[in-house]
Amino acid sequence: MGYQGIGASVRRKEDLRFLSGKGNYTDDINRPGQLYAVIKRSDRPHATIDSIDIAAASAAPGVVKVFTGADIVEAGLGGIPCGWQIHNIDGTPMAEPMHPVLAVGKVRHVGDPVAVVIAESRQDAKNAAELLDIAYTDMSAVANLTDAVKPGAVEVHDGVGGNICYDWAIGDKAIVDGVFANAHKVVKLDLTNNRLIPNAMEPRVALGDFDTSSGDWTLYTTSQNPHVIRLLMGAFVLHIPENKLRVVAPDVGGGFGSKIYHYAEEAIVTWAAGKLRRPVKWTADRSESFMSDAHGRDHVSTAEMAIDKEGHFLGLRITTLANMGAYLSTFAPAVPTYLYATLLAGVYKTPVIYCNVKAVFTNTVPVDAYRGAGRPEATYLLERLVDVIALETGIDKVELRRKNFIGVDAFPYQTPVALQYDSGDYQTTLKVALKNADWDGFEARRAEAKKRGKLRGIGISTYVEACGIAPSAVVGSLGARAGLYEVAEIRVHPTGSVTVFTGTHSHGQGHETTFAQLVVDQLGVPFDQIEIVHGDTAKIPFGMGTYGSRSLPVGGSAMVKAMDKVIAKGKKIAAHLMEAAVEDIEFKDNTFTVAGTDKSKTLTDISLAAYVPHNYPIEELEPGLDETAFYDPKNFTFPGGCHIAEVEIDPETGVVEMVGFTAVDDVGRVVNPMIVEGQVQGGVAQGIGQALMEACTYDSDGQLLSGSYMDYAMPRANDIPGSLSVATENTLCTHNPLGSKGCGEVGAIGSPPAVINAVVDALKEYGVRHLDMPATGAKLWSIIQAAPSSGHTPAMAAE
Amino acid sequence: MYDFAYQKPGSLADAVSVLSGDMEAKALAGGQTFIPVLKQRLNKPSTVVDLAGLGLSGITVSGDVITIGAMTRHADIASNADIKAKIPGLAHQASLIGDEAVRHRGTMGGSLANNDPAACYPSALLALGGTIKTDRRTIAADDFFQGMFTTALDQGEIITSIDLPIPEKSAYEKFRNPASRYAIVGVFVAKFASGVRLAITGASQGGVFRHTEMEKALSANFAPDAIAGIVTPADGLNGDIHASAEYRAHLIGVISKRAVAKAA
Ligand SMILES: Cc1cc2nc3c(=O)[nH]c(=O)nc-3n(C[C@H](O)[C@H](O)[C@H](O)COP(=O)(O)OP(=O)(O)OC[C@H]3O[C@@H](n4cnc5c(N)ncnc54)[C@H](O)[C@@H]3O)c2cc1C
Repeated sequence: MGYQGIGASVRRKEDLRFLSGKGNYTDDINRPGQLYAVIKRSDRPHATIDSIDIAAASAAPGVVKVFTGADIVEAGLGGIPCGWQIHNIDGTPMAEPMHPVLAVGKVRHVGDPVAVVIAESRQDAKNAAELLDIAYTDMSAVANLTDAVKPGAVEVHDGVGGNICYDWAIGDKAIVDGVFANAHKVVKLDLTNNRLIPNAMEPRVALGDFDTSSGDWTLYTTSQNPHVIRLLMGAFVLHIPENKLRVVAPDVGGGFGSKIYHYAEEAIVTWAAGKLRRPVKWTADRSESFMSDAHGRDHVSTAEMAIDKEGHFLGLRITTLANMGAYLSTFAPAVPTYLYATLLAGVYKTPVIYCNVKAVFTNTVPVDAYRGAGRPEATYLLERLVDVIALETGIDKVELRRKNFIGVDAFPYQTPVALQYDSGDYQTTLKVALKNADWDGFEARRAEAKKRGKLRGIGISTYVEACGIAPSAVVGSLGARAGLYEVAEIRVHPTGSVTVFTGTHSHGQGHETTFAQLVVDQLGVPFDQIEIVHGDTAKIPFGMGTYGSRSLPVGGSAMVKAMDKVIAKGKKIAAHLMEAAVEDIEFKDNTFTVAGTDKSKTLTDISLAAYVPHNYPIEELEPGLDETAFYDPKNFTFPGGCHIAEVEIDPETGVVEMVGFTAVDDVGRVVNPMIVEGQVQGGVAQGIGQALMEACTYDSDGQLLSGSYMDYAMPRANDIPGSLSVATENTLCTHNPLGSKGCGEVGAIGSPPAVINAVVDALKEYGVRHLDMPATGAKLWSIIQAAPSSGHTPAMAAE
Repeated sequence: MYDFAYQKPGSLADAVSVLSGDMEAKALAGGQTFIPVLKQRLNKPSTVVDLAGLGLSGITVSGDVITIGAMTRHADIASNADIKAKIPGLAHQASLIGDEAVRHRGTMGGSLANNDPAACYPSALLALGGTIKTDRRTIAADDFFQGMFTTALDQGEIITSIDLPIPEKSAYEKFRNPASRYAIVGVFVAKFASGVRLAITGASQGGVFRHTEMEKALSANFAPDAIAGIVTPADGLNGDIHASAEYRAHLIGVISKRAVAKAA
């Protein structure tokens, strides 16, 4: 079997179940007497609802009940809550308009739920939904950020003037302006961060169940954080106390952030199950996912850097418009503020930074965190800006980065934008990446490509991000309405096997394997005697779930703390059994030993004694060996690194081919190198998708043009270079017991600017300074056409 | 999908009679277009008539013609030794359609009957100057396609096979839509002793079309350079979020040259 503890590339034990069709996803769960819900959604971007005639639908075959917004109001349900409150520059709280479970009076985006039809079969419900007669009066709509803030733009919410949710800033504007006024040079860049649709492989599903004998509700749902859903839905929407509400998130097929949030459908099925005394299931169609899962990113920014003669960064000044969509989703307000602006120092010593963010309502699907959440936006902005500075000063882009890096001896490093980085070594990740990518050999490759008629470019990005969220008191002071600790319970069974109950949730990350490795390492229990349980509020004490690359640094740390308690208690029992002092007991490799003797007891001896306490210190110690820890992190963790992309552009078509990608990341302690590599690969694939093809597109009237895979381009295996190289150069996190920083998002954070920097580099003979993502063939072709030097024909391959 | 009746007739005559007797009945081949349409409730047939029991699949060579049964799957066309040897452009074209699952279900007859303006096969049929055989007649390629999603087929008329003349040379070059991977511009070129035919799919609002100016130039000189100077006007071409009409017009030139280079 070999070593299966920390550092071993143990094969993922969950994969056999997933790959052989034996996963247990929410849609695989069916309850006796189950009904089916179909949501009637708005096909209008913005309209008043003048009337809803439900008579024909209610009378249709199989229909049990039709509910509209009026029923929700009558039942006294709350709106969908937002988990974070941002304050405006003037100290007033953000605008937080009602987010109704079903639309009341108005619809605000295509996909806004208007009514729910509940029937004996999905087919019956779908048929009946077509019979709903809804009279709308269309209003003008805004989808686009810059349109939404124009004077006179239609208001998405009455009374939210200018569609501004909040106008927030970080940094001292006067000081930063002063630095700019005296700077040698200022480099300015306008850029957008394209809007994305998450597209988890499994569409969302929610199944509400009500037990008529106990009066308990159960919600089975595709969630990354069942306890959070229980809290938000129970306390704010349905007014059901925790003891009466169970939330189960079984196997979940990918989330990328989109399954963090509490969605209306969860509340609808749970509430309806109670009303109708029968289970109610809703399963999203793929087309429905496109218009009801929270979207990602969607920023428009202006960035300026003040520099001195040598290219040292003196100050950074940024204004950003961030699209919130039509309503505030659970984390939405935090994403463009505390997950974005606080990262704008990046890996650089920039002494002063000012960033103003205006969050804007539009007639689009709500926008929230998507793999990386805020940090990809910050990294893209910064790393594009640094490349433009290099271009305009003539300073080599690697040299420019090096000279502005935070030095390896500067940690802990306090940035001007609130965060304190605990560790990192940016020179090393850069050095190794340059070597792995054969940076020095690039010009020869460019020349060779030119002979084949191709424009070859290379791009670099050096980044840091913040994850392992988060110290509760810190995020509380920043507007979070929850704590962000994590919980683990370690249950050592009488015969020594172990069940771990974790408040994090695995939806593809491989926790069942990684977390078991932690137990192998710390308790010495064999891998196949360890079970990881997650995703059920009835089994797990509490938890905040999985997002922000927090599972290992926060959830894993909670496990370590709980295992420390197991060992501490085990030592007391061992001391009693071996008639030694507790201080003399050592624990190693599953065995308690009296120091300096050959007297020892295995963990199984101890657990058996704990559950069969015949010879036991019963006066001082409770029986049993089952320990729980709540771990609240002391700081964020700060993974970072260097990504290098190499592309070739076909100048005749504009099409970009990824020909190389090198990632060298610092993720702290690595528990399973194979899983880390997979996480980085997946993240890089998403980053390449964002950089080259993904574009959620609305027309100016708010109709979603990219509403299916016919029009929304996703990266596929052959879009990812076969030579994708992933490596780590790790420094340990200094404040958690594992030293791990998290690896789930680094790929999606570091890669987009590397790719765009490579594309711009490839186009340098056309005088291209910047282009916005995605870099599609069509876009590059028009740039090449419009370029002043478009008369220039690159050498063509001899055909 | 809406409820419908399902029938799987055992003879062509039975299938035709069901389809002709009921305006709302519809044929099902590989279902790779029809089933997604049903799932989205964009079509409400009374009866779905499965053509799988009619024995309409198979590939035969006789003289200078290859005959392909309407129900022959893309995967079988892509891997057929005769097609690979005699019309390599077609084998390659079939290998580029959709993904493995689509290629193992989708059929040539279904694709041609559907005449999606971005589909691949219409360009092969037109460039090869093939003939569609139906339950009641034969239709020349030049008469078959009548604008996007429109063909010369009558209600209830079933394609039974497709005759494709074997060219001296052939090639297909496809510029994919980055999202759907259908053709934004697909060019099929076929060189016969009598001259060159070149058909373009994906680009035009009117569906697949022959580029007669290129055909003339290539008939005189079958080389990419022969068409290098030909500019295709953007008028009448599709423009969408993926590609403007101007981009498509430009791609027609580039992709045609590449198709010719590949065939030559
Ligand atoms: C993911 C995906 C990707 C695809 N990519 C491509 C691509 O890149 N290029 C491409 O060309 N196509 C593509 N397709 C379409 C695919 O080639 C389909 O197979 C084809 O369009 C329809 O063939 P079918 O056999 O599936 O027909 P069906 O879907 O069963 O039928 C299509 C239509 O034709 C009618 N019909 C079927 N057979 C006959 C017949 N013998 N006589 C008369 N009418 C008939 C049916 O009534 C129906 O109206 C893709 C499809 C999918 C799902």
